[in-house]
Amino acid sequence: MAEERFDYSYDYRTVLGFIYSSLFWGVVGILIGLWISIQMWLPETNVAPYFTFGRLRAVHTNGLAFGLGVGAIFGITYYITMRLCKRPLLFPRLARAQLYIFNIAIALAALSLLAGATQSLEYAELEWPLDIGVVILWVMFAINIFGTIFTRREPQMYVSLWFIVATVIAVAILYIINNLAIPAGWLKSYHLFAGVNSANVEWWYGHNAVGFVFTTPILAMFYYFLPKSTGLPIYSHRLSIISFWSLVFAYLWTGAHHLVYTPLPDWIQTLGIVFTMFLIAPSWGSVINGYYTVGQDWEKAKNNYLTKFFLLAITFYGLQTVQGPTQSLRVVSSLIHYTDWVIGHVHMGTMGWVTLTVVACIYYMIPKIYRTEIYSVKIANLHFWFVLVGQLLFSITMWITGIQQGALQKAVNPDGSLKYTMIEIIAKNYPYWQMRTIAGVIFTIGMLFFLYNIYMTVKKAKEKSA
Amino acid sequence: MSLHHVIERNPVVLAVLATLAVLAGTIITMLYPMFRPEMHPKLEGLKPFTALQLAGRDVYQREGCFYCHTQTVRPLKTEVLRYGEYSKAGEFAYDRPFLWGSKRTGPDLARIGGKYPDEWHYKHFENPQAFFPQSNMPKYAFLKERKLDPQQIEAHMKALGFPYTKEEIEALKGKTEMDALVAYMQVLGTAVKK
Repeated sequence: MAEERFDYSYDYRTVLGFIYSSLFWGVVGILIGLWISIQMWLPETNVAPYFTFGRLRAVHTNGLAFGLGVGAIFGITYYITMRLCKRPLLFPRLARAQLYIFNIAIALAALSLLAGATQSLEYAELEWPLDIGVVILWVMFAINIFGTIFTRREPQMYVSLWFIVATVIAVAILYIINNLAIPAGWLKSYHLFAGVNSANVEWWYGHNAVGFVFTTPILAMFYYFLPKSTGLPIYSHRLSIISFWSLVFAYLWTGAHHLVYTPLPDWIQTLGIVFTMFLIAPSWGSVINGYYTVGQDWEKAKNNYLTKFFLLAITFYGLQTVQGPTQSLRVVSSLIHYTDWVIGHVHMGTMGWVTLTVVACIYYMIPKIYRTEIYSVKIANLHFWFVLVGQLLFSITMWITGIQQGALQKAVNPDGSLKYTMIEIIAKNYPYWQMRTIAGVIFTIGMLFFLYNIYMTVKKAKEKSA
Repeated sequence: MSLHHVIERNPVVLAVLATLAVLAGTIITMLYPMFRPEMHPKLEGLKPFTALQLAGRDVYQREGCFYCHTQTVRPLKTEVLRYGEYSKAGEFAYDRPFLWGSKRTGPDLARIGGKYPDEWHYKHFENPQAFFPQSNMPKYAFLKERKLDPQQIEAHMKALGFPYTKEEIEALKGKTEMDALVAYMQVLGTAVKK
C-alpha cells in the first residue's frame, strides 16, 4: 500500500474521537427532534420550564448543527487534510485538546439553552461566553488546517482542500460578526445591531452558516470520498474550479431571501433573490461532476454499496439547490414562507445531503482506519432504505402541509373576508404533524442500523487484532 | 487553466482569493447598508421599552416564542386583513435583536398590542387550551410564580441605554414574569396608527 512507503503515522485517534463524539451528539439531537415533533401535536409533552418546544428546538438545531455537523466536520476534515497533504497534523496535541474542549462546549451549550440562555438568533443562539469558546475552537482548527497545508508533502492542493480553506475563513468571518453583542450579564446579551439591520446581519450569517457548514465542508468530503470509494476520478477538474469559485463568491449575497416581504429595503431583497437564482449554477456544477464521475462506470452503483449513498446525497443536494432558489422568488415566498414547507426543505438538506454524505464518509473511514471490512453490507443497505424513506416521508409531508397552511391563510370568502381563523388552520395540521413523527421514527431506525454496523465493525476489528 | 495551476500550489494565494470572494457579497449586502440611513429609521411614535416591557421581552426571548410566532406583517392583502397594518422598518429601532421570526405555527404578534385586555393574556398564557382546545401552545403558568429581579432588569436597561427612573425599577418589586410578558404583548405594534 502507498501509505506504508512513508515513514510516519497519521493520528487517527483524534479523528475517531471527533467522529464518535459527533455520533453521540447526533443521537441526542435526533431524539430531541423526535420529542419536539411530538410536542407539535401533543402539547402535554411540553415540560415547563426546561423542556418546552421553545427551548428544546434550539437544543435540537444546535445539537445537530454544532454537535453532529461541526464534530463530523472537524474529524473528517482532519482525515482528508492529512491524506491530501501526505503528512500527520502539524499539531496533534492541539487537535486532541480541541476534541476535549469541543465536547465540553457542546455539553455546556445544551445546558445553557435548556436554561433559556439564548441570543434569539437562529443558529447563533449561544450566549457570548459560549461564543468565545466556539471562536477558540475554530482558531485551534484553523491553526492545524493551515499549518498542515503549509507543510504539506504534496505540492498540488486537491479540490477538497480549497473547500476546506474557504470553510475555515468564511465561518470565522460570519460567526464573529453576527455574534457581536452588548453583554448584560454572564448569560445575557443584546445584539449589537438593531431592528432591520439586526435582521440583515443575522440572515447574512444564517444563510451562510448553511453555505459554509452544511455545504462547502460537505462538498470537500464528497469530492474526496466519492473517488476514493468508487476508484473513479472526478469527471472534470475544470468544472470543480468553476463550481468552487462561483459558489464561494455567490453565497454571501443571498441571505436576504430569508427576509422577503419584510421591512428590509427592497433592493437588498432583490439582490438576494437574484444571487440565489444564480447559485443554482455552481451547485449543479458539483452535482453534474458527481453524476458524470459515477457515469464513467455505472456498475459501481450496483457493486459498491457506498456509491449509492454518495449518489443519493448529491441528488438531494441538487434538489435542495433548485428548491431553495425557487422559494426565494417573491410569488413563491408569499405562499410558503413562515410555513412547514421550509421545515421540509431544511430537512431534505440536513437529513438527505449532509447526513448521508457524513455517514458514507464514516462507512469508508472506519474500516480503513481499523484495517478491516464493514461488518455488514446488508445492514448498510437497510440503513440506506430506512433513512431514504424516512426523509422523503418527512419532507413531502411538510411540503403538503406547508402549502395547505399558506393557502388557507390566503383563502377569502366571496365578500373578501378571511375564510379561516388561525386556530382553524392549526387544527388542520395535526395529521401531517403526526405523520412527520412517524417519518422521524423511520429515519431514526435507519440511523440505529448505522450505529450498530459501525459498532460491530470496530468490535470485530479489535477482537481480530487482540 | 495555468493561472489556477499556480493557485492550487500556493495556499496563501488561495486563502487571499477565497477571502476576497467571501468579502464581496459581505460588504455590498451586509456592511454597506449598515451605513445607510434607510437601515436605521425610527417612527415618530416609537418609544424605548420601559423596564417592565423589556423584562417581558427578555422572557419572550428566553422561552423561544419567536420560533412559532412572527413579528412582521407582510404587505399582502390577506395578511393586512388578518393582522392589521403591514410592518414598517421604523418600528424596530429598539429591537436588539429583531424578533421577526421565521415560522408561524401560531399567529403573527406584530399587532397584538391592545387587541385583547390584559386579563385575556394572563389566562391564555396560563392555559391556551382553555381558549382554543385545538391549540398546541405550551402552558406558561409557571411565569406567574417567578418574581422579577429589579437589579438585573436595571442592568439590562443600562446595557441598552434605555432611559428609566429609580421609581420605575422600584415598582418592579413583587411583579412577576407573567406581568412583564403581558406588558410586552400590549406594547407590540402600538407605534403604528391603526
